[in-house]
Amino acid sequence: MEIPAIVGAGLVVIGAGIGIGKIGGSAMEAIARQPEATGKIQTAMLIAAALIEGIGFAALFAV
Amino acid sequence: MRKKIAFKPVTLLLLLITFISFAKEDVKHEESGSDLKTEIKEYIQHHLLDSYDFNLFSYDNGEKHFGFPLPVILWDNGLKVFSSSKFHHGETVAEAGGSYYKLHHGKIYKVDGPNGEIIEDDHHHATNQKPLDFSITKNVVLIAMVFAIMFFMFSRMAKSYKKNNGMPKGTGRFLEPIVLYVRDEIAIPNIGEKKYKKYMSYLLTVFFFVWIVNLFGLTPIGMNVTNNIAVTLCLALITYLITTFSGNKNYWKHIFWMPGVPVPMKIILAPIELLGTIIKPFALMIRLYANITAGHVVLMSIIGMMFIFNNWLGSSLSFLLAFVLGILELLVAALQAYIFTVLSALYFGMAVEDHDHH
Amino acid sequence: MEELFGGFSLGLFFWQAVLFLALVFLLRKFAWKPILDSVNNREEGIKNALEAAENAKKEMENLQADNQKLLKEARAEREEMLKEARDIKNKMIEDAKGEAQDQANKMIKQAQDAIESEKKAAMAELKSQVAGISLDIAEKVVRQELSNKDKQLKLVESMLGEAKLN
Repeated sequence: MEIPAIVGAGLVVIGAGIGIGKIGGSAMEAIARQPEATGKIQTAMLIAAALIEGIGFAALFAV
Repeated sequence: MRKKIAFKPVTLLLLLITFISFAKEDVKHEESGSDLKTEIKEYIQHHLLDSYDFNLFSYDNGEKHFGFPLPVILWDNGLKVFSSSKFHHGETVAEAGGSYYKLHHGKIYKVDGPNGEIIEDDHHHATNQKPLDFSITKNVVLIAMVFAIMFFMFSRMAKSYKKNNGMPKGTGRFLEPIVLYVRDEIAIPNIGEKKYKKYMSYLLTVFFFVWIVNLFGLTPIGMNVTNNIAVTLCLALITYLITTFSGNKNYWKHIFWMPGVPVPMKIILAPIELLGTIIKPFALMIRLYANITAGHVVLMSIIGMMFIFNNWLGSSLSFLLAFVLGILELLVAALQAYIFTVLSALYFGMAVEDHDHH
Repeated sequence: MEELFGGFSLGLFFWQAVLFLALVFLLRKFAWKPILDSVNNREEGIKNALEAAENAKKEMENLQADNQKLLKEARAEREEMLKEARDIKNKMIEDAKGEAQDQANKMIKQAQDAIESEKKAAMAELKSQVAGISLDIAEKVVRQELSNKDKQLKLVESMLGEAKLN
């Protein structure tokens, strides 16, 4: 039985979602621990999330 | 002051009217359920495409259109310029300088004669010849509009500094913190205090361009510039070119001969790093394109769901969801502009970084 | 992927590139440069003003410290002067007292001396008078001796006794 490519894309998207979720969660913890570094943490969080998001989109469009 | 506060409800009202007017437009087709679904699907697909005329909306089952035609510019054995009204919204063949052209899925193809047809292969791809197309399409018009708005806004802001003794006035008051944010939070931390100045023009322009264009995509005139791969490719390509041309010795050394790793690793790393330089702007391109496209598809699908449900509960819930999502898209519009700018700055920073500590 | 690049339009790419690059260059010339320059100038100005204020504050503090020091010095000087004055006063009183004492002593001594000399002079006169009287007496005695020897002796003796008493 052949697995359709969209299933693979779905798996990638799930992975990307978990990854971005972890980044967000860690960022929240970090902000809670060091509220004075909020700006820096947010920037780093957005950049990391954007990089993972790129993988997700690449998978979606590769289908 | 009072005037400014009163502005907010007006915006909300306009948003409401927008949704309602969308609703009225399609109410006529509600008789056949599955038909409606395909129609909405087609409408969304059509909305995502560029078009040769500035069509604001259509009515009477797509028979009548409200808008104006735009010039079509083709390079096909010489320059050919004609009005897109000749296509009659894709229904007829246009003739220019002895050649015949027809619209097919939003693209111009050359056909044999006044009654020529598009010939499709097995995969539903047209096999007809495609002329080089430099038409002023709807998206080009919006880009030009944003160009004009930005030039007007920022040159006025610059003038207000001169007139007002180094302090901004009017819109400048609002824009200055954003300009300073781009400088202090995006450019300086990523590129460095010494070298950021060279890149400020590009970073500021790209930030405001993407932001304004994204915001226009959310207006009911229904133009989405950033969900065209050509536009995001262009922006990403400029970032790539700037990165490549400002790369110093250290940058290239880190790509071709990574210091601090054994020689076999260096040989393996070189192609990966080289590929990485292309993947980075590629991801930049895809990210902007995909975010905006996905946002539009989801938002329009949910608006479309209002007519599919066609009952008070489902439709009002869809409306609420669409409203919340619309606000989220406002955030995404700014966020994507920010991400694009931050990542561009990051890549520039990598290219010009001095590795003194090695 | 195919769908992605199927939608690629060269015309749009061309116009986007042209318009965007034109926008970058136009804005660079007419907006970003003047804006960033003005902002930089303003920030520089604010920084300078802050620095100047800081300097002025420091100077003020220095001045205040100087003033404080001067005040302290002046106070110390006044104290000194007062003390000196008090000393001088005391000394003057002391001196005056001493001088007065001396003067008094001197006057007393002079008086005593004067008394002494007066006394001596008086004594001398007395002696000379006594001598004169004695002579007179002696003369008289001598004259009377010629008449009465016993009487003469008696007289001399009584006279001598009288003289010794004095």
